[in-house]
Amino acid sequence: MKNILFLIFLFIVFFAKSSFALIEIDITRGNLTPLPVAVSPLHVESKSSEVLKEIKVGSEISIIIETNLLRSGLFNPLEKDSFVQKPDIAHLKPRFEDWKLIKAQALVTGKVNITNDKLKVEFRLWDVLAAKEMIALAFTTVPTNWRRVAHIISDKVYKRLTGEEGYFDTRIIYVSEEGPKNQRIKKLAIMDQDGANTKYLTLGNELVLTPRFNPTNQMVTYMSFFRNLPRVYLLDIETGVQEVVGDFPGMTFAPRFSPDGKKIIMSFAKGGNSDIFTMNLETREVEKITDHPAIDTSPSYSPDGKYICFNSDRSGYQQIYVMRSDGSDVKRITFGQGIYGTPVWSPRGDLIAFTKMYQGSFYIGVMRIDGSGERLLTENYYQEAPSWSPNGRVLIFYRETKSGSQGEGFSATLWSIDLTGYNERLIETLTDASDPSWSSLLN
Amino acid sequence: MTKSIFLSTIFHIIIITLSAISFPYMLKKPIDLPPIISIELIQISDITNIPYAAKARKILDKIKKEKERIVSEQAPPKVVKKEKPDAIPLPEDVKKQKKIKTKKQNPKKIESEIKQASEFEKKELFDPDQIAALIDKSKVEKAETTRKSDKLTQSQEKNSITSGLTLSEEDALKAQIFGCWSIPLGLPYNENLLVRIKLKLKSDGTVIKSEILDHARMNTPGQGFYKVLAESALRAVRLCQPLRVPTTGYERWKDLQLNFDANEMLKG
Repeated sequence: MKNILFLIFLFIVFFAKSSFALIEIDITRGNLTPLPVAVSPLHVESKSSEVLKEIKVGSEISIIIETNLLRSGLFNPLEKDSFVQKPDIAHLKPRFEDWKLIKAQALVTGKVNITNDKLKVEFRLWDVLAAKEMIALAFTTVPTNWRRVAHIISDKVYKRLTGEEGYFDTRIIYVSEEGPKNQRIKKLAIMDQDGANTKYLTLGNELVLTPRFNPTNQMVTYMSFFRNLPRVYLLDIETGVQEVVGDFPGMTFAPRFSPDGKKIIMSFAKGGNSDIFTMNLETREVEKITDHPAIDTSPSYSPDGKYICFNSDRSGYQQIYVMRSDGSDVKRITFGQGIYGTPVWSPRGDLIAFTKMYQGSFYIGVMRIDGSGERLLTENYYQEAPSWSPNGRVLIFYRETKSGSQGEGFSATLWSIDLTGYNERLIETLTDASDPSWSSLLN
Repeated sequence: MTKSIFLSTIFHIIIITLSAISFPYMLKKPIDLPPIISIELIQISDITNIPYAAKARKILDKIKKEKERIVSEQAPPKVVKKEKPDAIPLPEDVKKQKKIKTKKQNPKKIESEIKQASEFEKKELFDPDQIAALIDKSKVEKAETTRKSDKLTQSQEKNSITSGLTLSEEDALKAQIFGCWSIPLGLPYNENLLVRIKLKLKSDGTVIKSEILDHARMNTPGQGFYKVLAESALRAVRLCQPLRVPTTGYERWKDLQLNFDANEMLKG
């Protein structure tokens, strides 16, 4: 018995040390380089109409997907010339070795056909390294809608690979500007987020300002001057129906919807003072939110509707403040040098975007909702009016160039920048453009 | 009777000898290791691979060889050409390296009062980000992050002492995986973003089997992001293989657990 006990003891002494515990290694860093993705041209089925083949719709859809993913800054679409496998076979069963060879980590394949005058687009997203399908969907619509289908596919791919909603199936409303600087013709215009499908919503007879999308539908509010009187309008993009919300005494600024789309918040200027008001769109009741001798403007609701951020010069110069939606508990959140304006609450609720003027330059930046963690994303001669993409990752704003005394060399363009501050891109428009506003997802 | 007394005496001597060798080591405090700097570097096994006292190690190795030859039989040392490190050090690492170099190269520059200060106080006094933070508000965050990362985390401490890999081996592996892991940027950073993957490896570092340990979370409502994160971690492992594992001691690392934590990166 003693011997057995002794042998057990010996075993513990020797072998406890020689057996190995499971090695754990903490990986706390990764790379933020864009993910290499291959978007194979969508295969057009032979029985499909000749029209589809003529406009090479399969190839066009894949190009739109590629462009969307590239512009997000999170993906690196690979050159199509390097693809080994043909689209029709790739869609059935990709040869993953071929796609690994060109360093693709994800692959998009698909096919297009027309049945009963309906366009059917099918796509699959593949994980090349795991050799498995990640998502497979089919969309049926009218043939003219093929661009939108491409945007929807982009959103699905984006969400599946990044974990957050996409922002490609969206629209941007802006003020189109033409003519010399002192005689600008300003029209309300709308386009897809990639700059395609531009449509003008007003004729340019009246000055239009600050268009803003309703976050819940395709309704827009904007300001226009009718016989030199400011009016706030509501416009339904789907139906084209337009209505006047009201004529307001004095100057009205920056109308914006509440998160539920039932109210408009704006500022009225009267007797040299400007305060913030809300209007209930159903009852048309107006409620005063701030009552201060200082100038309070540019209000924007938090996504839960409980708070409002705005800018005010009540401290002596223009800074950003946050208050409850009933106007109580006003707190100043910016204390940095310079002038802060146009605060806009992120749809995710975690950040506030703003314009800052400091030492003769304009900056677009973001900060946390308590004013901490200020990050200036971009600097330029003149830029302002940031508007969030629906997923809260990208900002769109406009930038003006310096002009001569007669207005020569002047231009106004739309730009987008993501939260990293590195992915800044020009958004092509048919004319000069200003005051953009990003819609929520259409689908 | 005589035989029993003889055997008993011999066993007692062995026990006393072993106790004399083993227990002092076991009572030793853990080695106070410096913070891990994740750069793929040269072999420094001689410095870091000192889990046993030299004498005890010799004896234990000798006994091990006699009693069991399984380890060396299963994983014969593989001759591998020395490769150039292909992972570029991240800017933070370069910064850390530079800091260390400056200290070594210019010891005279340190003021006498700082020389007397403790290590902790030195950091406080010489943290350039702290000073920069006083000038620029935007640096405050960076300064806090640096201070945080300077501390040895519990998991790092655990790894460096009990993992069985030397610091250079562990860092080589980490650096390789850092380069392969594309972190999905859309993850909600106020959630638990830890994915634990258990790997079974071949002796050349090829992955035989990978298993997500918290697999149930993949299908939990409201945890859709976890699937995206877990897939990205698996992609990293597949992209990286064969993993840069040590050439010897297969038994030690044939099973490996990688804890992918995106919180640190996404929260900044």
